[in-house]
Amino acid sequence: MTSRRDFIRISGLGMGGLAVGASGFGIVNNLSTSPPKGSELRIDPTRTPTYCEICFWKCAGWVYKNEEGKIWKVIGNDDDQHSNGRFCPRGTGGPGMYYDEDRLKTPLIRTEERGKQVFRKASWDEAFDHIAGKLKEIAEVHGPECVALLTHGSGGEYFSTLLKGFGSGSIAAPSYAQCRGPREVAYHMTFGEGVGSPERTDIRDTDCLVLIGSHLGENMHNGQVQEMSDAIDKGASIITVDPRYSIAASKSKYWLPIKPATDLALLLAWIHVIIYEERYDREYVEKYTYGFDQLKEHVRNMTPEWAYGITTLAPDLIRKSAKEMADAAPAVIIHPGRHVTWYGDDTQRSRAMAILNALLGSWGRRGGFYNPETVEIPSWPHPPYPTPQRTWKDAYPDKYNLAFETLASGICDATIPELSEACNFKGWIVNGTNLLKTIPDSRKVIEAIQNLDLLVVVDTMPMAITGWADVVLPECTYLERYDTIRDSPHRKPAIALRMPAAEPMYDSKPAYWMAKELSKRLGLKDYFSWNSIEEMLDWQFKQVGTSLEEMKRIGVKTFERSYDDLYFQQGEDVEFYTNTGKIELYSTSLAAEGFDPLPVYTPHEEPPEGFYRLNYGRAPAHTFGRTANNALLKDIMEENTVWINPKVAGIWGIENGQYVYLENQDGVRSSFPIRARVTERIRWDSVYMVHGFGHTNKLLSRAYGKGASDSELITKVHVDPIMGGTGMRGNFVTFKFEPAKTEAES
Amino acid sequence: MRYAMAIDTKKCVGCSDCVVSCQTENDVPIGYCRDWVVEVTDGTYPQLEIEIRSERCNQCDNSPCVRCCPTGASHYAEGGIVLVTPNKCIGCGACITSCPYDARYAHPDGYVDKCTFCIHRIKKGLEPACVAACPTKCMYFGDLDDPNSKVSEVLKKRKWKTLIPEAGTEPQLYFLI
Ligand code: SF4
Ligand code: SF4
Ligand code: SF4
Repeated sequence: MTSRRDFIRISGLGMGGLAVGASGFGIVNNLSTSPPKGSELRIDPTRTPTYCEICFWKCAGWVYKNEEGKIWKVIGNDDDQHSNGRFCPRGTGGPGMYYDEDRLKTPLIRTEERGKQVFRKASWDEAFDHIAGKLKEIAEVHGPECVALLTHGSGGEYFSTLLKGFGSGSIAAPSYAQCRGPREVAYHMTFGEGVGSPERTDIRDTDCLVLIGSHLGENMHNGQVQEMSDAIDKGASIITVDPRYSIAASKSKYWLPIKPATDLALLLAWIHVIIYEERYDREYVEKYTYGFDQLKEHVRNMTPEWAYGITTLAPDLIRKSAKEMADAAPAVIIHPGRHVTWYGDDTQRSRAMAILNALLGSWGRRGGFYNPETVEIPSWPHPPYPTPQRTWKDAYPDKYNLAFETLASGICDATIPELSEACNFKGWIVNGTNLLKTIPDSRKVIEAIQNLDLLVVVDTMPMAITGWADVVLPECTYLERYDTIRDSPHRKPAIALRMPAAEPMYDSKPAYWMAKELSKRLGLKDYFSWNSIEEMLDWQFKQVGTSLEEMKRIGVKTFERSYDDLYFQQGEDVEFYTNTGKIELYSTSLAAEGFDPLPVYTPHEEPPEGFYRLNYGRAPAHTFGRTANNALLKDIMEENTVWINPKVAGIWGIENGQYVYLENQDGVRSSFPIRARVTERIRWDSVYMVHGFGHTNKLLSRAYGKGASDSELITKVHVDPIMGGTGMRGNFVTFKFEPAKTEAES
Repeated sequence: MRYAMAIDTKKCVGCSDCVVSCQTENDVPIGYCRDWVVEVTDGTYPQLEIEIRSERCNQCDNSPCVRCCPTGASHYAEGGIVLVTPNKCIGCGACITSCPYDARYAHPDGYVDKCTFCIHRIKKGLEPACVAACPTKCMYFGDLDDPNSKVSEVLKKRKWKTLIPEAGTEPQLYFLI
């Protein structure tokens, strides 16, 4: 069947000599930032515990030092359920973040207009005085609730305490409205509980894993990738729905090369087959669910033949794959995915996936979804928080009632005066998130920023967002600091410690110290009444039966479950936290809010002639744009490529490896050119690129200008009416061969 | 004793953790690597197949690199591992040219370097860094002369291949297919 062979060396850029695919990736880049040398044999290197901060998976591990006492490598902690002793490439590359010479080194205060990136170095005292002065001014004139925190990182906890004490409740993580929010709402509507992080998927013991656009293996959600591999070992089958031949697709028994944006039609057809071929778990459905008859009626005509016309998937393939999952039930997982903000009807698509899980009886079953448990760690005692006068929600009186976390995009919109009068934000503290890339349509984010009286950015690296800050606070990396105790849910409740393996480099500082210092200047020091972070952590550890001393030795402590309820017992009575107390196939909450109580397929806009749908995803060696400048990880992948089907490339005369510009439907052209990867692995109606490249901050010496940014091309946003998620996969691009004209030229 | 490695192409996801972990473990300079990952796609959409291989020195039983080394810097060590002694290496590069797998590189410090199967770790009873780090646990390491070693067991159970066997180098890196 070989008709063309696409050979590509996906890592190991530096090796000379070998023909590295057709696109010639063999560039030697000899940089001087390698970790310090140690000798061949290392005798008893000292190690300190940490949990990784390179992505949200938070794997626990050990930081080893060489005999010179310098940070050498990071290895997983064998007792950790997130990593099982094995980090992913990004976590392994952690030292590259610590040794990055482009790090933010001192506090900075802006001296020219915003966005010009002209700053002066400041002392911490100056920076804090400046911030505190502005915050007090905002509180006086507008109210303290007009300050928001946008965060994606462990340090956010401390700023969150500060802001709540200050009198604001508007604290948002872009990981909600820009990522997993629709899924959380959908699972709440259906099962009365969210999926959480790490996801409660029992992949290890599944017999059939169904991935809808999830590219496990390319997204290195460590524990899940490990369990997928275990499942392959045990002979589980994988079904992958993706317009792109992903790595997961290549490991699948059934790959469904779906037409983009039609997933909901496929899901409804699967539901149809499972109901009408009587392949559902009758006992489970009768005992636990609500609304089966309505669902059955609803999907009556949604046959595989109906779906064929929409999805381009053969009816036989739809039936066979439905049978495959039903045969495995209840040890089957329709994976809820993670980044699910695609088309604006994402809560409904996630609902269809949840319904399918319910019909197959996989929720609460071995090999399906387990019931996670968490260690409850009390907070250090502090005075009660004042009740904010208004929150972000007041800007949207009749909208997003089902969003139970704050929308980062909602805060952004409510900062622009024309869009909202009700609660106009005047100050932002941004911690560990490059908002210009995480919230789609950076033009709007910039407009919001221009309306602020204060923008504080706390980060380790100069990012696009730091260029717009009034004050930049350099945070030390996770390898140089204590942080909040990791208490994520898992099969067994567990906690993990992060402690510094080295003193902070340069004049960088940990977030807890910054928040505490600011609290003194804002009259909020009672919220930070501990004398040292060690005192606070030790107190917290002692509340749950351990101590800082013990945690320094073991890094991770795993407790026994309080109940034997990892799965439902056979025939057990279960009450779900929904209105009806049942798993709601028919959602009473959605009905009450005026939304479709059962998912309905609506066609989405198609690419115009000469345009292709822009799909984006992850690469295993990078997390968002956060790692692009990491010397170790840049060595693995230094730029992204745009994947183009050979037929499409032929039409445009694009050669493999050629640099092109992408321009979207709104005439926005990529700031930098991107290499074409001409490959059979992508459909002809879409292109694909890895997110997190095309950095515009010149201070990132390795990442600046490498590849193109998908975020920049996502200017059309399809907002999910149910919870305000920002659907980003309704953008179309075409190819250009020159850079956009600058203002001066045009 | 004959050390060998078997790598399961069915489980490997091409994440390159093997490459990064080698780089930190062995202080491989930025821009170079001792191991690398290759992805081969066959077919036309949607009839496709991918094979992913984590590659490195094959620790060949019949190594052209050892044979052609004028100073004896390249030599066989314990368990058949092919090593380079840096202070004997004159950096002539004959071995780099002779290796059919392009497994060697000229280290900026003036000697030739390549995968050592992490012999410094093996001596301590540890697995090579890449094997220990791989999140999918798709790499098996051990002694082929021991029928109960992980690598012997998995080679008995599974179909496998080696790379460019026709070169006659008798490579000791096995890919499970
Ligand atoms: S998955 Fe990788 S990057 Fe994420 S926390 Fe774990 S080791 Fe770190
Ligand atoms: S670490 Fe393992 S899964 Fe990742 S590329 Fe290497 S061999 Fe493959
Ligand atoms: S793979 Fe190359 S370097 Fe390694 S032993 Fe064989 S010939 Fe020598």
